[in-house]
Amino acid sequence: MRDLSRVSNPYRDDKVMDACGLFGAIDLKGRRFSGERVIEAMANMRFRSNGLGGGFAVYGLYPEYAGQYALHVMFLSGEARRETEEFVRSKFALVHAEEVPTRPTEGVADPPLVWRYFVDAPERRVDGVSPDDYVVARVMEINTSIDGAFVFSSGKDMGVFKGVGYPEDIARFFRLEDYEGYLWTGHNRFPTNTPGWWGGAHPFSILDWTVIHNGEISSYGINRRYLEQFGYSCTMETDTEVVAYTVDLLIRRHNLPVEMAARVMAPLLWSEIERLPEAEQGLHRTLRQVYGSLLLNGPFAVIIAHRGEMVGLTDRIRLRPMVVGTKGDMLYIASEEAPIRLVCPDADETWIPKGGEPVVGRVGKTFRRMRLQPQPGRQTVKV
Amino acid sequence: MATIATMKTFLEPRFRVERDPERCIACQVCVNQCTFDVHRYDEERDEVLSVEQDCVGCHRCAAFCPANALTISRRPPPYGENANWSPGFMEDVIKQAETGGMLLTGMGNDRGYRVYWDHLVLNASQVTNPSIDPLREPMELTTFIGSKPDRVEFSGGNGNGAAKPLPPQVTLQLPVMFTALSYGAVSLHVQESLARAATEMGTLWNTGEGGLHPSLYRYGKNTIVQVASGRFGVHPAYLDAAAIVEIKIGQGAKPGIGGHLPGEKVSEDVSRTRMIPTGTDALSPAPQHDIYSIEDLAQLVHALKEATNYTKPVSVKIAAVHNSAAIASGMVRSGADMIVLDGLRGATGAAPKTIRDNVGIPIELALASVDTRLRQEGIRNLASLVICGGIRSSADVVKAVALGADAIYIGTAALVALGCHVCQQCHTGKCPWGICTSDPHLTKRINPDIGAQRLANLLRGWSLEIKEMLGGMGINALESLRGNRLHLRGVGLNGTELDILGVKHAGS
Repeated sequence: MRDLSRVSNPYRDDKVMDACGLFGAIDLKGRRFSGERVIEAMANMRFRSNGLGGGFAVYGLYPEYAGQYALHVMFLSGEARRETEEFVRSKFALVHAEEVPTRPTEGVADPPLVWRYFVDAPERRVDGVSPDDYVVARVMEINTSIDGAFVFSSGKDMGVFKGVGYPEDIARFFRLEDYEGYLWTGHNRFPTNTPGWWGGAHPFSILDWTVIHNGEISSYGINRRYLEQFGYSCTMETDTEVVAYTVDLLIRRHNLPVEMAARVMAPLLWSEIERLPEAEQGLHRTLRQVYGSLLLNGPFAVIIAHRGEMVGLTDRIRLRPMVVGTKGDMLYIASEEAPIRLVCPDADETWIPKGGEPVVGRVGKTFRRMRLQPQPGRQTVKV
Repeated sequence: MATIATMKTFLEPRFRVERDPERCIACQVCVNQCTFDVHRYDEERDEVLSVEQDCVGCHRCAAFCPANALTISRRPPPYGENANWSPGFMEDVIKQAETGGMLLTGMGNDRGYRVYWDHLVLNASQVTNPSIDPLREPMELTTFIGSKPDRVEFSGGNGNGAAKPLPPQVTLQLPVMFTALSYGAVSLHVQESLARAATEMGTLWNTGEGGLHPSLYRYGKNTIVQVASGRFGVHPAYLDAAAIVEIKIGQGAKPGIGGHLPGEKVSEDVSRTRMIPTGTDALSPAPQHDIYSIEDLAQLVHALKEATNYTKPVSVKIAAVHNSAAIASGMVRSGADMIVLDGLRGATGAAPKTIRDNVGIPIELALASVDTRLRQEGIRNLASLVICGGIRSSADVVKAVALGADAIYIGTAALVALGCHVCQQCHTGKCPWGICTSDPHLTKRINPDIGAQRLANLLRGWSLEIKEMLGGMGINALESLRGNRLHLRGVGLNGTELDILGVKHAGS
């Protein structure tokens, strides 16, 4: 029988449906800051969740091991840990291993054992597999073949912390106030089922990519089938997973800049494309024609992060909320304005981006609001 | 054995023609409208009389009777109840005993094979996901026919420079096209109606295998031209005129055999368009005689691409048969930019009844298995997948898209819009509605002005309904439904059927 305590979709619904709260903050100068305010921001949006999932991603987390892949692994048994450690030692050069410090916390029940491993992957090998692809393959191997072990974070100088509970409780459990990073994202959720499994919480992560997501993707069925053609297996049966794989396919494997990937997930309307300057139409049309199956339809707001970069995006008719705020070198993206105002009462500016308009913050670059929407000007009306 | 010239037929009339004498004004409209000579005016009695024996149930007379004096109804079967020897089998045996021939028929399979569309239901958004109101929000049905690469490439690499151009794409404003109806099988007025409606609605019509009449070249941008085993009317200008060139291997109504146009229908104009002598039978060979295997198909596909300078998609159409999935994979690998599956219920102007009623598989199953196979092989994006054969409504279209179709051809539905009452007499050339005939007297019954309007109205109505269904599912672009089988559920289907269709049963 399927072990219901270890799946995020216990009833085999088409997909896990949930509503969520998102928060992200990045220092564009790359200065590291404590997560305390991020935790406060999440607590401020508590009513957006029901205690069935919370988590954080932190970048600039492990400067002392910045060159190593940091594997965060949850174990349901000592046997799973022994088996995994044997596997890790045989496949990687293990630089350091330790249990992730935690404290008993009210509201956090039945936590798994959580360890982290800092490892080096073999350099480019004769078969041409890059270290990144090698790590992805080994992570998939552990997650699908070792019973009771789950790698939920595998990037360099970053880490994910997540579990079943309110995010502020999860943060206390993982002692997140002890960490610093230049980019934080936080997530809480209100799922329509009762996953007892910590792996099902957000952020979802592969390498140093993380995704937190609020929404229910109506196009999930075809997004998933399209990604399967490229070798992704959507084992978690959640729509957030397809967002993560879409980002991986478009940006890492097909080398699209993040702005174009955003245009695949939330494209312009055909009628808007027709109003673009002639020179720009081709690109938008081609992206939609080729990647139409990756259009994320239905309500969503996501914050995608990887090294040095944070991206906010909503669906093209903005059926889920997203607010952006700036203050000096700080950029905030959240589901609501309240948490931004809470942690940054004197924000320079806050605004609601248009549906499908990506908000991109990059370390080392001045933030510029992107306006990719065609300018309303002369329109030809077809009669 | 001596052949007896006259034989009393054992067939009883299939229809009852009732004339209300109180209403009949003996105007003789029915006499003039009936192409099967059922009605006759008796001058002496100043009365219209009817011979029920010849009535085919086309309802032309009833529809045109100004006094509503006529009622045409099915007579109860004259035979005793018998689940095995149903009236159809009885009649067929009697007909063959009286003629000694192969039974011909028209339209599509009328047997009671399971119609899977009627066992599939659609989803709608509730609470967790807002439905979208197409009256207030954009709703996109735009569809592109053509091969799509695995990824977008850039002239400067890695997202720099211009996106490299894709193979030729043809734009449809809605995912519904008019299927192949050849000139000769249907009249020029019908083709003109189809061509004008397709042009108005931003979709395509298909010439079938009978060539393209000179007067229709102006609709070339909205035309698919066919290259079939008879090669009728195929020449450079014909290929150049089209948006898409379609190789016809097979047809759902008669898999395994070619098209047959009797010499009586080959008029002067038809002969010029088909490039054959007037009055000769136009018999398409069963196979394409230059295609006996898959690599031969690849050669024809590429010959047509060469001939058209790689400017237009090349389509390959087959009848849906047992091994469609494997065959379709071969078709995509042979370079087809669009593949067409024509199902068990696909119609025709003329086919042997036994072939029409017994050969081929239901289109729903063929579509699902082909889409699944192409995805398993990672080549689904290399060709557009189009289906035809038995699509009756906008809901059928939406379900077909969810199963994986890029676009849907309609044939019978279009003819019904023009007046067809599916009386299955297409092969007689006597179509009372003036559709499937080349009789100059009858073809006038279709006025292209009105025909084009009726067809465009049908597509407009379906387009509104498709948008409404999409919006209900919380989807505002058709590509997000395409192949998205999670929006379908089966009702009353067994495990094997659900497995092939790739859908869950309702309630699960």
